[in-house]
Amino acid sequence: MIVWRIDVWAWFADPATWQGDDGVWHRLAEHSLLTIAAMLIAAAIGLPLSLWLGHLGKGGVLAINVTNVGRAIPVIALLSLLSLGFVGSDTLGPFGRAGLATLLTLTAFALPPIVTNTYTAMRGVDPDLVEAARGMGMSGRQVLVGVELPAALPVIVSGIRLAVVQVWATATVAALVAGPGMGRIIVHGYDSQDGAEVIGASIIVAAIALLLDAGMSLVQRAVARPS
Amino acid sequence: MALAIAPLAVDNCLTRNEWICGEYLLTRRTELADATMQHLGIVLASVVLGLVIALPLAWLSRRYPRLEAILLGSTTAIYTIPSLALFSLLVPLSGLTVQTVVLGLGLYSLTILVRAILDGLRAVPPEVVESARGVGHSDGALLLKVQVPLALPTVMAGLRVAVVSAVALTTVGAILDAGGLGGMLLDGQRTNFKAQVLATSVLCVLLALVLDLLLVLVERMLTPWLRRTEVVR
Repeated sequence: MIVWRIDVWAWFADPATWQGDDGVWHRLAEHSLLTIAAMLIAAAIGLPLSLWLGHLGKGGVLAINVTNVGRAIPVIALLSLLSLGFVGSDTLGPFGRAGLATLLTLTAFALPPIVTNTYTAMRGVDPDLVEAARGMGMSGRQVLVGVELPAALPVIVSGIRLAVVQVWATATVAALVAGPGMGRIIVHGYDSQDGAEVIGASIIVAAIALLLDAGMSLVQRAVARPS
Repeated sequence: MALAIAPLAVDNCLTRNEWICGEYLLTRRTELADATMQHLGIVLASVVLGLVIALPLAWLSRRYPRLEAILLGSTTAIYTIPSLALFSLLVPLSGLTVQTVVLGLGLYSLTILVRAILDGLRAVPPEVVESARGVGHSDGALLLKVQVPLALPTVMAGLRVAVVSAVALTTVGAILDAGGLGGMLLDGQRTNFKAQVLATSVLCVLLALVLDLLLVLVERMLTPWLRRTEVVR
């Protein structure tokens, strides 16, 4: 077994840790950019789709099972298949090597919690409430926007919360295959047998994951308050 | 076996680097089978570890309701940490070994299992517990004959989620050279070996499906009274 020289404080204190293209600031920016981009794409696809399906009450089997299927697929499997396959591993602007494959993988793993939660939330809206709104002469669109959406919002936000955490984690693991982000620093630490680098970068990644989750739980609480 | 070192002139799906390659499956079947068994071993060890820790934690939460929020909160927090970071943070504890992966996965499964066991126990109506006491069941008999069977469907649902997640997450153990399909998958990716990437990916998903199916069968065997009222999940 390799004995690591682990001096995490020294790693944190070293200015070289933070600067340059391989530095924490640059990798954090990449990681955040990936997370935000994937979340925006997933929300733009997943929210309208599952809101509509939930409103119509159709496609439930698909909406529920997408989470179960997503759980069984390893991140590095999907990313490897995409990057060696038709998507390729070309550099994509600020997303770096295999940028498109990484972005697609992150989006794929962000979609299940968004779709399943939104669908479940829409189906969970009190049918009497919807009936009453229809009775008042509201159109389908008005019912969806004015009645169902506000009632379903807390559960939808909890799905977005799960997705954010999922994407942050997936982006970290993506570094095993390619792609930019904080995972690169961790992988570099393993390759150069630098325990401090591995642990230091892992602490940063874990701390931000916890902060993201806590932040999203505040948002969740805020939208749940009126109801 | 007639194959030795293949001359460069040989033209088959391996040299053409095709995704689907019978030659690959044939020549590497032992390696693939070994990796799958290692993978299975890691998954089983981690879920068993998770169960062994989750049961007393769930029991404690039932016993001391104040602990419940703390325990659920901390197990959920663990789940939030990305696998690559969690495994890495455990390395100082258990080294670059397969045990580190088992420990990490076991911690992940806690999130799902503690909650599932608690929900399962909560699903037992108090009237049922009362009437079981009324007909003279002791606490032990009550737990074994009434609470465990009634909690079983919820616990099994949690167990299925934990097992399927563990199969996928075990691949991340490749960073620690922990064995399993992840290492082969990553090697395949790094050397642009398509047949290996596809085969190991498919094996991962198949392993998850088979284990999930087995758990469904076990659940059916253990809960014969539920057979007619199929639970829609």
